[in-house]
Amino acid sequence: MRLILTISLLSLLAGTQYGLADEVQPDEDAIERGKAIVFERGRGNCLACHVIKGGELAGNYGPPLLKMKVRYPDRADLRSKIWDASIREPTTRMPPYGRHRILTEEEIDLVVDFIHTL
Amino acid sequence: MKKIIFPLCLIGGLLCGLTAMAGPEEDRLAMVEYYSDRFPDVPLQEFANGLYAFDTIAREQWIEMEDFPPYEIAIEDGQALFETPFANGKSYADCFENGGIGVKQNYPYFDTDAGEVVTLELAINHCREANDEEALPYMIGPLAEISAYMAYTSRGNEMAVQVPSDNTGAVAAYAAGKQFYYTRRGQLNFACSSCHIQSAGLKLRADRLSTTLGQATHWPVYRSKWGEIGTLQKRFAECNSQVWAKPLEAQSVEYRNLEYFLSYISNGLELNGPGSRR
Ligand code: HEC
Ligand code: HEC
Repeated sequence: MRLILTISLLSLLAGTQYGLADEVQPDEDAIERGKAIVFERGRGNCLACHVIKGGELAGNYGPPLLKMKVRYPDRADLRSKIWDASIREPTTRMPPYGRHRILTEEEIDLVVDFIHTL
Repeated sequence: MKKIIFPLCLIGGLLCGLTAMAGPEEDRLAMVEYYSDRFPDVPLQEFANGLYAFDTIAREQWIEMEDFPPYEIAIEDGQALFETPFANGKSYADCFENGGIGVKQNYPYFDTDAGEVVTLELAINHCREANDEEALPYMIGPLAEISAYMAYTSRGNEMAVQVPSDNTGAVAAYAAGKQFYYTRRGQLNFACSSCHIQSAGLKLRADRLSTTLGQATHWPVYRSKWGEIGTLQKRFAECNSQVWAKPLEAQSVEYRNLEYFLSYISNGLELNGPGSRR
């Protein structure tokens, strides 16, 4: 019994670790593309509301985006916030980039790649 | 108890403001209290100056702009249009109380016979049509100029919009306008309240967001961005477009109800139109 538990725990851990390894290292190219979407006015336009390192003329409508890995160790949580923050917070003022198709799913992945590096 | 409940509702997006209980006057007082708490250093009348009430840098530029007000020509042109008789010899003055001088604080009002909200701009066109003149476009141009002149003659008067509680049509029109203000729309999914209540004073890019209180006191407005004078409903259309929602027609029932609500909220503030904005 104990053995089985240990094994499954181990494999679980291993699974997470592999998962993490996958997520922690999106390639440089993906990060750059994500950054471009985040900064471009006609696409993410995230600077309208968030202070983001490397970006200029930011608003303060939303919180500054920093220490993202500490605050969102789980990449999926971060993605979900950008996809539709109202799932967790009905009165949110963060636009639902995924649910309202403001960005495509692929673009959102790239945005998350970049934002997670902040 | 009320005092505590209403501001809390406001903070929560004023969702509970949509409950049937709150009448127009309770809404207005709740707004006054909410914004006074949020901007403790801003005297009440200052809210009539929009974002310049609290954005000190933008305010300096605005005060400079007001030295040579960009709307001055519109007032002059508007006065000339206002005083030019129609083909039948009558004039605008014949259509309005007090000859149309110093009356803007009473608009919009609810016309019980017609069962609809009448804004000043709609009344100007009604006057034209009653005198066999063609209606003018609503957002910019001669109608906005006439409105600017009429606003100018009303400066200093306190906004005094009426929503009689025994008039079910008026109460319903006000409620519809209020609902519009709190309803999310557009691909970006914002309500007017998301920006002007929940985020008042915060910056969207370089723009600090004005408060609901005072949003209706100073129209029409000469905006540098427009390069001309435009009516309040032109601003509604722009605020709809910027969240990627389809703007409605100027003077549609929805926009008139919205203007009715928004104007009532500014009751008691002094009119200061026409105004100038970036
Ligand atoms: C018009 C305003 C606006 C825009 C544009 C916007 N956001 Fe936000 N965002 C907010 C607000 C406001 C919050 C605060 C939380 C809330 O209200 O739910 C937020 C929260 C967030 C959070 C959570 C931050 C935290 O501290 O936990 C993330 C992550 C985020 N936004 C990312 C983005 C990204 C990425 C973009 C662009 C693709 C973007 N935002 C565009 C307004 C905006
Ligand atoms: C995404 C944010 C946003 C939303 C949503 C929004 N507005 Fe605005 N609004 C602005 C900005 C930015 C300005 C320019 C700065 C200011 O004066 O507040 C503005 C200005 C205004 C003004 C002019 C204020 C003045 O002093 O001249 C009015 C009136 C107004 N909005 C009404 C509305 C109404 C009504 C709605 C809903 C139909 C709405 N807004 C929705 C961002 C927004």
